Amino acid sequence: MITTDTRPHFGTDAAQGLAAAPIKIDVRHLDFHYGQTQALHGVNLAIPALAVTAIIGPSGCGKSTLLRTLNRIYALYPEQRAEGEILVDGHNILARGTDLADLRRRVGMVFQKPTPFASTIRANIGFALSFYEKLSKSELADRIEDALRQAALWDEVKDKLDQSALSLSGGQQQRLCIARTIAVRPEIVLFDEPTSALDPISTARIEELLQELRGRYTIVIVTHNMQQAARVSDKTAFFHLGELVEFDETSRIFTSPAVSRTQDYITGRYG
Amino acid sequence: MNWTLFRRRLADRIALVCAALATAFGLFFLAWILWTTFANGAAAISPRLFTEMTPPPGADGGLLNAFYGSAVMIVLAIAIGTPIGLAAGTYLAEQGRHTRLASAVRFVNDILLSAPSIVLGLFIYELVVVPSGHFSGYAGSLALALILVPVVVRTSDEALRLVPDRMREAAFALGLPRWKVSLQVLYKAARSGVITGVLLGVARISGETAPLLFTALNNQFWSADMNAPLANVPVVIFQYAMSPYDQWHALAWAGALILTVFVLVLSLLVRLVARGRHS
Repeated sequence: MITTDTRPHFGTDAAQGLAAAPIKIDVRHLDFHYGQTQALHGVNLAIPALAVTAIIGPSGCGKSTLLRTLNRIYALYPEQRAEGEILVDGHNILARGTDLADLRRRVGMVFQKPTPFASTIRANIGFALSFYEKLSKSELADRIEDALRQAALWDEVKDKLDQSALSLSGGQQQRLCIARTIAVRPEIVLFDEPTSALDPISTARIEELLQELRGRYTIVIVTHNMQQAARVSDKTAFFHLGELVEFDETSRIFTSPAVSRTQDYITGRYG
Repeated sequence: MNWTLFRRRLADRIALVCAALATAFGLFFLAWILWTTFANGAAAISPRLFTEMTPPPGADGGLLNAFYGSAVMIVLAIAIGTPIGLAAGTYLAEQGRHTRLASAVRFVNDILLSAPSIVLGLFIYELVVVPSGHFSGYAGSLALALILVPVVVRTSDEALRLVPDRMREAAFALGLPRWKVSLQVLYKAARSGVITGVLLGVARISGETAPLLFTALNNQFWSADMNAPLANVPVVIFQYAMSPYDQWHALAWAGALILTVFVLVLSLLVRLVARGRHS
């Protein structure tokens, strides 16, 4: 059943295997503006807890913009503004007076390009950690090791923790950024096209890593690589021109989408 | 040969020769100045330069008190000027980035940057020397700091603005407060730019004479008292070079040479730091 309806299509409850899964992030009527330009139009999206949700769509469709509202990183730029509601565990994070530092600690983010800080590997992970928690030297070392193990980087860097993070390869830097993000124990991790700057082997490693992180964190990943979305995610949202077109089980989106625009995109007619 | 081609080649040659001549003209005087300084200065350099005080007319001596005074005043000026300049630069590049106040501050800073140093010296004279009733090393340091501040503001503002936004976003995305982001992430990324700025500022203030003339004045004798007139290299050079005594002339040349070498070394250091930034 493929419709040409312009309203977003949500999979029916019967079709949703995860229907019973609790909602971690509930986006309601979200509009987003870059100055005079509106980038998101009335987005409604309920992201399930402890699953991987992929956001796909052609360039400029607003998928990264949506991600950047979830930790309010856009608020660094005064000309950008969001209207509507985003409920994380029932609390509207767009409300005035939201503690942004606390929000961002709970909602980690990994960016498109690796962004290691100009310091050692150890310091890259340790400094946010030791800012939040009073840790003894050995506890800190344990937490750094734990984060690096979770990010599948430990074996490659365990002998050079005091070398500059800038000496690592691009793929290693990206895994370091993932380690840095999960070291502070967030509940949600946002990935903004985390492999688009990486070679195929590094990409495969990051995708394996995503599989290992699944179930421990609520993950939202933006990608323009449809195969990647199909491989790593439980649910997929398709965006086009700032609107949510369809949101359903990943398997349904890629095999029998309900909306013709989704069908056209995944079969490569545009994007 | 084709006439048009000939004309073009001729014009090209003439332009090339003019450019080369202009370069040679500039370099000639630079080389001459350096040569005179080195020739006259080298002849006057001796161990006594660094062990003895500035002498009275007709006697031999050194510049120890002047070197000491200059060094102390420059160090204090760095200690005062760098934190202020860095803090203001951080405001301009980070907190105030999109505000009108920042543009106004930047404009005023540019005026301060090109203000004649004698005006800044006069300001400190009125502000510190007149109320306290005497010249002092402190007043000299303040005057030098005032010249250093706008240089550091400008370079740290620019160095911080060169740090890519994604670095800032990555740090804020960890939930760190602004001061922590600046201190731990941005300053580290902008470090070589900021150091370059401070070194350039030091090179600038180390030769400043006008603002010291009526703040630190000078002192013929050994004095480590910052609350009293303090000997310093630029003013000693100025006074000794104007004098009719040969020994004083020689010391002035020696001081000029040491100062030139110091600035040269600083410039090399700046290049080294700047190269470190790119590798």
